Amino acid sequence: MSSLLREVPDNLRLDRRQFLGGLGGLVLVASVSSVVKAQDAPKYGAEGMPHGTVDDPLTFVAIGEDGIVTVIVHRSEMGQGVRSGIPLVIADELEADWSRVRVSQAPGDEPKYGNQNTDGSRSLRHFFDPMRRCGAAARSMLEAAAAATWKVPVDSVRAVNHEVVHAASGRKLGFGALAKAAAKLPVPARDTLKLKDPKQFRYIGKEGQHLLDGPDIAHGRATYGIDVRLDGMLYAVVARSPVLGGKVVKFDASEALKIPGVVKVVEIPGTPNPAGFQPLNGVAVIARDTWTAIKARQALKIDWNDGEHGSYDSVAYRTELEQAVRKPGTVLRQVGDVDAAMTKAARKVEAEYYLPHIAHATMEPPNATARIVNGLCEVWAPSQAPQGLREDVAKRLGLPVEKVTVHVTMLGGGFGRKSKGDFGLEAAVLSQQMNGQAVKVVWTREDDLHHDFFHTVSVERLQAGIDANGKTTAWIHSSAAPTIMSIFAPDQKHQAPFEQGMGLINVPFQVPNLRMENPEAVAHTRIGWFRSVSNVPHAFAVQCFVSELAAAAGRDHRDFLLDLIGPARRIDPTTLNDNWNHGESPVRYPYDTGRLRRVIETATREASWGRKLPKGRGLGLAAQYSFVSYTAAVVEVEVGAKGELTIPRVDIAFDCGPVVYPDRVRSQLEGAVIMGVSLAMSGEITFEKGRAQQDNFHTYPLTRITEAPREIRVHLLPATDWTMPLGGVGEPGLPVIAPALCNAIFAAMGKRIRQLPVGNQLTA
Amino acid sequence: MQLDVNGKRLEVSATDDTPLLWVLRDHLGLTGTKFGCGMALCGACTVHIDGEASRACVTPISTLAGKKIVTIEGVSVTKQGKALQDAWVNLDVPQCGYCQAGQIMSAAALLDDNPKPSDADIDGAMAGNLCRCGTYTRIRAAIKQAAGSLEKKP
Repeated sequence: MSSLLREVPDNLRLDRRQFLGGLGGLVLVASVSSVVKAQDAPKYGAEGMPHGTVDDPLTFVAIGEDGIVTVIVHRSEMGQGVRSGIPLVIADELEADWSRVRVSQAPGDEPKYGNQNTDGSRSLRHFFDPMRRCGAAARSMLEAAAAATWKVPVDSVRAVNHEVVHAASGRKLGFGALAKAAAKLPVPARDTLKLKDPKQFRYIGKEGQHLLDGPDIAHGRATYGIDVRLDGMLYAVVARSPVLGGKVVKFDASEALKIPGVVKVVEIPGTPNPAGFQPLNGVAVIARDTWTAIKARQALKIDWNDGEHGSYDSVAYRTELEQAVRKPGTVLRQVGDVDAAMTKAARKVEAEYYLPHIAHATMEPPNATARIVNGLCEVWAPSQAPQGLREDVAKRLGLPVEKVTVHVTMLGGGFGRKSKGDFGLEAAVLSQQMNGQAVKVVWTREDDLHHDFFHTVSVERLQAGIDANGKTTAWIHSSAAPTIMSIFAPDQKHQAPFEQGMGLINVPFQVPNLRMENPEAVAHTRIGWFRSVSNVPHAFAVQCFVSELAAAAGRDHRDFLLDLIGPARRIDPTTLNDNWNHGESPVRYPYDTGRLRRVIETATREASWGRKLPKGRGLGLAAQYSFVSYTAAVVEVEVGAKGELTIPRVDIAFDCGPVVYPDRVRSQLEGAVIMGVSLAMSGEITFEKGRAQQDNFHTYPLTRITEAPREIRVHLLPATDWTMPLGGVGEPGLPVIAPALCNAIFAAMGKRIRQLPVGNQLTA
Repeated sequence: MQLDVNGKRLEVSATDDTPLLWVLRDHLGLTGTKFGCGMALCGACTVHIDGEASRACVTPISTLAGKKIVTIEGVSVTKQGKALQDAWVNLDVPQCGYCQAGQIMSAAALLDDNPKPSDADIDGAMAGNLCRCGTYTRIRAAIKQAAGSLEKKP
């Protein structure tokens, strides 16, 4: 879920440069210097994303004569609340009355709206300022229109709660009455805009504004991708290659075609690996309703050639990764002399952690609807990356990009899965096969779990040396995991900079001797961004290992962790060899250990860390910097005599800088806690003969209400300084939960969990 | 055959084995009832059949002759449904919202049976409804708020 469209070309360019390096001579000098020059002025944040930001109020704000303010939201709603969050920012600067604000969804069109790739916890981080400017510009246009109407100086009027007031005369005009005249005025220049003093905020940072989509959701009226209905629409399901890169040798559709209601059976061609987001090779059944298509698919007879990944086996692969981390790997960061320090250490501790593949399992499975009329292809999709999907559809169908429209629906969960456009491409290809007739392709849950872009699988090996005083003197972390880059480029066997920078190399511990390594790992399935991405395995290993070290040193875990972090200071992430820093400027977004300390201190204080607990209960702690925000959690567990685990309470402290929409920040953290419990307790996709073995929620269980923490207490660190840049919110709650939970299990029963999921390890 | 959905008798031309879910969604255009698993494992498709919370994804329409079906689109006519929908909005329960129709339908059947459910009662009634976004603590709170509001104005 990271800056997908940016990472890919950057990484490939780097490879090309290395390749050119082999040629030597002037070519080398010229190409390297030009690349270096380009890197001298890197673009950060929103400006580093394709199409950057747009802050034109005419693009984002519409005001009707009835006074209804409609905000066009260009980011995808998948539960993070952006379809209320962006309107809330605009409404505040606009001085609009929240009850008269509506939302409308932009189609995929980045030249018009700015970047729309809704992942990486970036929507408000990157668009808070531009959206404030949109609201302020629209406000000043309304004020100018009122002043012109009354023939008074513009600075004698003021917008207040959906009307413009001339205080001297007591005259007032509503936004609706002014809208038409205001729209004809020039948009004020950016540097003339008067943004509100944050003390005047009425919605930003405040409580009480309900979700704009709440009533539609509660009444079943919200339209998700799967709910799209078009005239004459057909329904499709696809039998896809069960193995990455597998191919249809031949298929027999005769039985399927006998089923009444089946319209057509067609093959969807595959794309050679690495296939990016292109659909897998498969056979589609197109029918008059979904059920008929599902039934007919069962009647297909398909011979598959599994290809090179047909022997992928999770048990054997784990052994491969374990062997890899026990040998030297590519050194990513090195400080001091680790080997000498290890030799001198009074005590050595080592541990290996295993985290399996997991599947996103969005409640709304992938789906999309497409039709092609008069050479114009329209796609309706629950897409996190509609511009990327638009470009991919255009390329695949051989259309100019202007002839493709991607309508963004509500997403029934995203978590990174729906930034890949394969399902949208399938719909477009099938509509083309049906001469443009509308086709909706629906993935069943089995399809979703078999053909995800899976969260990576990893083995993390940690070693440390402790001196006689209990101080950590040496730290070695070797992390082996197939990389997301494997879907884009051949022979990608190392974690990319954006994966390393998620808690592997950028560990701020004050240990004099450190080494981080990354041995090779070959991908045998599609690896993709899953909420928090590599922060999940890295934080799990590091934060569990710190608990192990604290125990070895006979110290309290919190005190030991704070000592490792050391005093409050602002670290330039590049000094940790992290040149990525979640795409943000190292100057604007230094790694602030003071903020990390504060969330740890807050979570532990609120959880009454150190309190006496009855037998079988324990508290566990973990902290992580991710998406330029700071998170710490204390999980309380109770383990019964038969190993049954309950979670009475979780305290999670969070510092994302200024909090724009406190209720949605809380809800994101509540959700991250439960998703973290889910992946820790039961999340695992395994492969045999290249095939994912889990089919549905009986074999890939998600946490239910009965297993969820009884109480989740979210502690938002107050940030009253609105000049501070915003941090991410959607993802950073997740990485701390699994390690805090497993550290709590250790506190409760003395058992170390070094492989996920916990599963039945407590009863064994 | 005919189905009685939200108080209306509707003619349906699907085959007998078609699960109610797909008839509601594909044939009748009632898309509030969601597809999540097809195996009665997630509860996204929960509707009421003669007042009982039922999983539409595993209920063939052949079993529904003469039965009264209520979906999320029709549940607000019941006082439990209305109170729950209000509480859901008031507490901003949803994140992505996809599972929430099923959650509300399960909760409405619970409150119809048991106007003052305990935590254990809520667990029992709601254990079949998955939420991947993790809104369970708010779902519990909203059910209690709805129960409280119904107690005040029965």
